[in-house]
Amino acid sequence: MTLRLRNLSLSYGDVPAISGVDLEITQGTTLAVLGASGSGKSTLLRAVAGLEPSRGEILWGDEPLHRLPTHRRGVGFVFQDHALFPQRNVLENVRFGLEMPHYNRTDAAKRASALLDRVGLAGFEERETHELSGGERQRVALARALAPAPRVLLLDEPYGALDRELRERLMLDVREILRESGVTVIHVTHDHDEAFALGDEVAILHDGRISQCAPPSEVWGHPCDLATARFLGHTSSLHAEKVRAEGSSSSSGLNLTTALGDFAIPYENAPSNGSFDTECCVTWRPESLRAESLNGSTEGGAPLDQRGRPLLRVFGTVMECSFRHGHYLLSLETAAGRVEGISRESVPRDQRLTLALNLDEVRAYAL
Amino acid sequence: MDRHSPALTLLRRTSLSAAAFFFAVFFLWPISTVITRGVFVDGTLDLSSLTRLLSNSGLRRVIVFTFLQASVSTLGALVLGIPGAYAFSRLAFRGRAGVLALLTLPFVLPTVVVGSAFVALLGENGPLGGLHLNGSLAAIVLAQICFNYAVVVRSVGSQWAHIDHSAAQASRTLGAGPARTWLRVTLPSIKPSIVSSALIVFLFCFTSFGLILILGGPGTATIETEIYRATMQSLDLRTAAALSILQILVVGGVILSGMRAGRVDGRSPRWRPSGSGLLKLNSKRSLVLTANLLVVVLLVGAPLGVLISRSFTTSSGLGLNWYRSLGELGSTGLAETPLKALSNSLTFAAVATFIAVPLGLIIALAVTVKGGQTISARFMERAVMLPLGVSAVTLGLGYLLTLDTPPLDLRTSWWLIPIAQAIVATPFVVRIAVPIIASTDQRLRDAAALLGARPSRVWRSVDLPVIRSAVATGAGFAFAISLGEFGATAFIVRPETTTLPIAIYRLLGRPGETNFGAAMASAVLLMSATAAILILLDRDSLGSRS
Repeated sequence: MTLRLRNLSLSYGDVPAISGVDLEITQGTTLAVLGASGSGKSTLLRAVAGLEPSRGEILWGDEPLHRLPTHRRGVGFVFQDHALFPQRNVLENVRFGLEMPHYNRTDAAKRASALLDRVGLAGFEERETHELSGGERQRVALARALAPAPRVLLLDEPYGALDRELRERLMLDVREILRESGVTVIHVTHDHDEAFALGDEVAILHDGRISQCAPPSEVWGHPCDLATARFLGHTSSLHAEKVRAEGSSSSSGLNLTTALGDFAIPYENAPSNGSFDTECCVTWRPESLRAESLNGSTEGGAPLDQRGRPLLRVFGTVMECSFRHGHYLLSLETAAGRVEGISRESVPRDQRLTLALNLDEVRAYAL
Repeated sequence: MDRHSPALTLLRRTSLSAAAFFFAVFFLWPISTVITRGVFVDGTLDLSSLTRLLSNSGLRRVIVFTFLQASVSTLGALVLGIPGAYAFSRLAFRGRAGVLALLTLPFVLPTVVVGSAFVALLGENGPLGGLHLNGSLAAIVLAQICFNYAVVVRSVGSQWAHIDHSAAQASRTLGAGPARTWLRVTLPSIKPSIVSSALIVFLFCFTSFGLILILGGPGTATIETEIYRATMQSLDLRTAAALSILQILVVGGVILSGMRAGRVDGRSPRWRPSGSGLLKLNSKRSLVLTANLLVVVLLVGAPLGVLISRSFTTSSGLGLNWYRSLGELGSTGLAETPLKALSNSLTFAAVATFIAVPLGLIIALAVTVKGGQTISARFMERAVMLPLGVSAVTLGLGYLLTLDTPPLDLRTSWWLIPIAQAIVATPFVVRIAVPIIASTDQRLRDAAALLGARPSRVWRSVDLPVIRSAVATGAGFAFAISLGEFGATAFIVRPETTTLPIAIYRLLGRPGETNFGAAMASAVLLMSATAAILILLDRDSLGSRS
């Protein structure tokens, strides 16, 4: 079975929140939908759950879920703020979905207890929800959503309110629980780490549209357009012109002329192998531009890094330097304007620096 | 307030003692006298007057009817008010603020005005006069629902708008249909406000005096009207006192059970900081909205509309005759013209406001000192609410029984009226001022102090502006309440100090088209005065907020 969203759209008044979303999620897998605030992530889930009226189709196999009211869709939802029922204790919350007429009530308490056990909350049955910590509330919400054995589970930024350590622990636990249960999951988040760690596939939602949907490594390595690249951390960009490859050219790849100099990048580093017109935009993540000693053995030709990958010398003046995970993030003024790179050591402001841009990691996009 | 400055501490203690003395003389003493008069005869305990309440079939009927009309009215207010709460707090439609203002109008108007409006609608020559409801239980219940509809709509509505709606959505995703979700998730979440508004409405209906006096007929006497009748007509003060004791017991019981029901526990619903999204109208919701708008129009719009139209209707067509007659005594049988009564009312209300606002403010400041956490602060906050638990009628009776000996022989003095009105209004001033004053952010005081402000300067620049806004709001309410006060005034008013509410009641009780017309015009005048104050107040509080 596959969950298919076809041309799914939803507007608030005249403002479109999501438009023309097409997605396919194979049964038992997790699709992580990554998007900035206001990109329409929660709206997408609310449309799938039927909490907001939407246009387009939502199909489970051949069954049109979009024609069913929310309570008949068999879709579980873990809300961002958990939405636990305040008048019910932990067990009563988890049991709620099992109290519907079509469930066997005698098994309800047993199943609810088993689920609490599975999420690590055995013994919490009689606790009131206000006595729980953030992580515990989250686990109750998950157990409650899983109790009626939904076909599809929707997770709306479920770890947003938790501290980092708890989040890391819970993320792995939950992934295990979801794999065991074999449920199909749509998990929306604005957190890159979360999306790439948990998704069997990652979809990028931008202004209510899916710009890319692919396995995590594919999305990370080959953002499909400029906006997606920027969203995925390509913070430096500069204007470039394509040089028509002449027969005599020795370099194989896309030849580009920029204010930082001329260089070539592999064809696959541009969508449709760079079949755009003359002008384009090249981008990279800060990690691709390093303040490191260049390999001196390449005098005359293009410098190479230690693994033999082509590099471009970039000269810049340090404008800002701040410590990030294990390195220093530099903001540099160059001939092509402001770009970002990294350094192993702290660099004082106004210092001139030579850096190496790893051309294998540079991407080019149509303007 | 600065707790370290000896001068300010002395000022606070002195003013608090003065406030306590005022309450002791003008509230505790009269009320305790009423109670003593009911259960003591010649210095010995005698409960025969209380047992007579149950053995006398006439009194028993009065008591049963009081409970009956209050229960039926409360039920009616809930049945109409809960759907109204949904329609007006959850649905998005243009003119919401206007509808909320209209439906709240009867609640803020003097009971005499609402009573007159229903007389205009249901009485002889009224548009619904043919139904012969005037003087019946139905008329009383309708007017009580009209008066209290806003309590349910606003209190349940504000909780409904603020509950965590994702809980209801979670319920839908867990397989519960709309009906089950409402019963199992939404209803438990709004239950506290339903219970508390039901108790408040019951209390208002149980102690309702003016409405019943005006709309009631033979067989519709309640405890309140019976206290009045026993005092004024039969001069049977022992029965009046006994009825007052019963009234205090019932009201006290309802308030206690309300406090228990309203106690915040962990299971009370989580409130969102702001209402999360109104629902867009679809065909089903439009139908619900239309039905509720119809209720507002029929319940509130119709009586008030008819009142206004009848104040302009004369035998020879539309005209201002009745308004012109307000300056004349004519055949009214009153000692003063309705216009003079209006001027009396305005004067008394102003004096009452000047008493109630400082009194309320002193208590509010004392209550909020140290965040209101001290035992004395909590005791005071409860104690000052006592007048809410004793009907104005009982207070009026208490004044008749106590303030008749020098140096406090005030029965012939006009001062007694504003004093009584101030006692009725002060709890409201406290209720309004406490949250405003308590809302002062301690961090602002800390910031001012860190910036070098001395305690008195901190008080001037942080606390005083807040207090000023509390004074303005409290004064508006105190004035409006005093202007429409009827129960206590009815006992202590003298012909030459007649207030407008009393004049309207007397005019309605007299035969003749002129008197009826003058009553209608006076009621419209009183309604306009009250509405004007509240509109000013609203604008003022909006202005200070912005």
